[in-house]
Amino acid sequence: MKPYTAFESRLVPLPINNIDTDQIIPARFLKTTSKEGLDKNLFCDWRQDPNFILNTPRGQNAQILLAGDNFGCGSSREHAPWALTQFGFRAVISTSFADIFKQNSLKNSLVPIVVSPEVHEKLFSLPEDAKVKVDLASQTLTLPDGEKVEFPVDPFSKTCLLEGIDELGWILKQEPAIAAYESQHAPAINTLA
Amino acid sequence: MPGALTLSQKVWANHVVREEPGAPSLLYIDLHLVHEVTSPQAFDGLRERGLKVRRPDLTVATTDHSIPTTDRSLPIVDPIAAKQVAQLETNCKEFGIPCYGPHSEHQGIVHVIGPELGLTQPGMTVVCGDSHTATHGAFGALAFGIGTSEVQNVLATQTLLQRPSKTFKVQVDGTLKPGVTAKDIILALCAKVGIGGGTGSVFEYAGSAIRSLDMEGRMTVSNMSIEAGARAGMVAPDDTTFSYLHGRPFAPKGAAWDAAVVRWKQLPTDAGARFDQEVTIDANALEPMITWGTNPGMGIPITKPVPEPSSISDHLQRDAVSKALAYMGLEAGKPIAGHKVNVVFIGSCTNSRISDLRAAAALLKGRKVNPSVRVMVVPGSMEVKRQAIAEGLPDIFRAAGCDYREPGCSMCIAMNGDQLQPGEYSVSTSNRNFEGRQGKGGRTFLASPLTAAATAITGVVTDVRTIL
Repeated sequence: MKPYTAFESRLVPLPINNIDTDQIIPARFLKTTSKEGLDKNLFCDWRQDPNFILNTPRGQNAQILLAGDNFGCGSSREHAPWALTQFGFRAVISTSFADIFKQNSLKNSLVPIVVSPEVHEKLFSLPEDAKVKVDLASQTLTLPDGEKVEFPVDPFSKTCLLEGIDELGWILKQEPAIAAYESQHAPAINTLA
Repeated sequence: MPGALTLSQKVWANHVVREEPGAPSLLYIDLHLVHEVTSPQAFDGLRERGLKVRRPDLTVATTDHSIPTTDRSLPIVDPIAAKQVAQLETNCKEFGIPCYGPHSEHQGIVHVIGPELGLTQPGMTVVCGDSHTATHGAFGALAFGIGTSEVQNVLATQTLLQRPSKTFKVQVDGTLKPGVTAKDIILALCAKVGIGGGTGSVFEYAGSAIRSLDMEGRMTVSNMSIEAGARAGMVAPDDTTFSYLHGRPFAPKGAAWDAAVVRWKQLPTDAGARFDQEVTIDANALEPMITWGTNPGMGIPITKPVPEPSSISDHLQRDAVSKALAYMGLEAGKPIAGHKVNVVFIGSCTNSRISDLRAAAALLKGRKVNPSVRVMVVPGSMEVKRQAIAEGLPDIFRAAGCDYREPGCSMCIAMNGDQLQPGEYSVSTSNRNFEGRQGKGGRTFLASPLTAAATAITGVVTDVRTIL
């Protein structure tokens, strides 16, 4: 993973609540055995509408998706953040995220940014060409009028993102603790039996 | 009461490998279930790093999502699905994981086979790259869905980095009336708290109505915890749990069984333990539930009309209701009962177990399905299929005019060719009614197996109580 750096971008607004991962990437595209090429089917069914924002100039070359409440609900498919990042997104802003989507995003350099309903409303009302700065190190969004908005991030995930470390490398170093746990806990099952 | 713990907190505490302030806990995983869709990239990751599967003996794989539900002796027609299924079998062979592939006697939906084999046990941590892993919480296991990166982490280390969830008690007291089932309890919860209502929490289902459910009913309830936003949903183990498990292939035997039961009896929530949040549902007042919209929280009692957007003040919520009604082709304020359907689907990890098939068959016995409806019945596993044959259920379904198929996820997720055509309506016993979930442009009404069977007979959305 590359270290996650600060950036500034226009917003792609999707003012819809409860956008589920079946919309982000429909299940029929999950038969793939690789992570590649998912961006072309991002929001595939909604993109059938020529006026859908990802089909308009506003949907191109922007790195921040601004979505309604409870973004990413439903299926655990990590294909959802894979498709979003391959399309170019580096952050999603909402008032809340589904738990599994949030975890999956943090492991793929896609930062889920939770803001208050007031800030959410303000972001939706910004002009089309307005840019917002995302700085993970200081956990702030900077709005075009200079207003700075802090957002929460799990400190462990933040370090991993900023330093470009993936979790597995860290967990593998915990081998002695894992082995110690195993020596004290007999397994309940043996699937090989 | 200080020191009093909830069921989920006890299971959590028993699995912490390492904990330090400010960091997520390292949690040990007792059972890892694997399927063909969310695992290939995880196995690739292991190969890239030269890693092994740490505990193949705590891991089981099966094929369920993308396999056809047609005759298993025929090859898989879809080359991409065929490759994915073959890839799982190759990966499992390479990494030494037992795999119940398309021709295994144990094949089935991952959340059906874990419990029926006795792999899922009280007090365990159970994960799978599938959000309906919550199902296993019915046994008092802490069970939740994970993404592919976490599948890779568990394969490599048998652990996950996690932060504890909030605790959320769902108290369901009373007695379900005839025609009202476990599915109606969970659809009522989804409607009450909404699709995001349990986000950040683990549900614990309690109360006399939950105690009265058999294990399969409890699995139906726990299964859809994620549809109310909770990653996990648990039921404290009791004699119903123990008698279900006793004698199953992977359940403990002899003295080990007795010792396990003693341990399991320590798991229920302590008197005086505090929950972060609570909600109550009156089982006496429940009616059969049905969804009208495009998420599982958009549900109503079958006797009630669909909502009127004009009566909703919040603009995003009003837009959501209008958008859902437009997608579903429904008129605001009108009843849903009597609406024509094209397909009835009885299956999925929510409702494909033997008790679900028995309930549907009892209604369909000696009756015919309406000729305008295609009725698909898909058992959850080879074991369910065998049991159904022993009870003569396939003959009842076929005599009624149903399409009785081979085990798999089928039209719940519509990855395998079992799907709605654009604009078609289904009554489905599955768990999600998202736009296009059962096929692009398809429209799904979620309901219980009883409502599904009643609708199969009449051809329109039917309150099962009118034909009991």
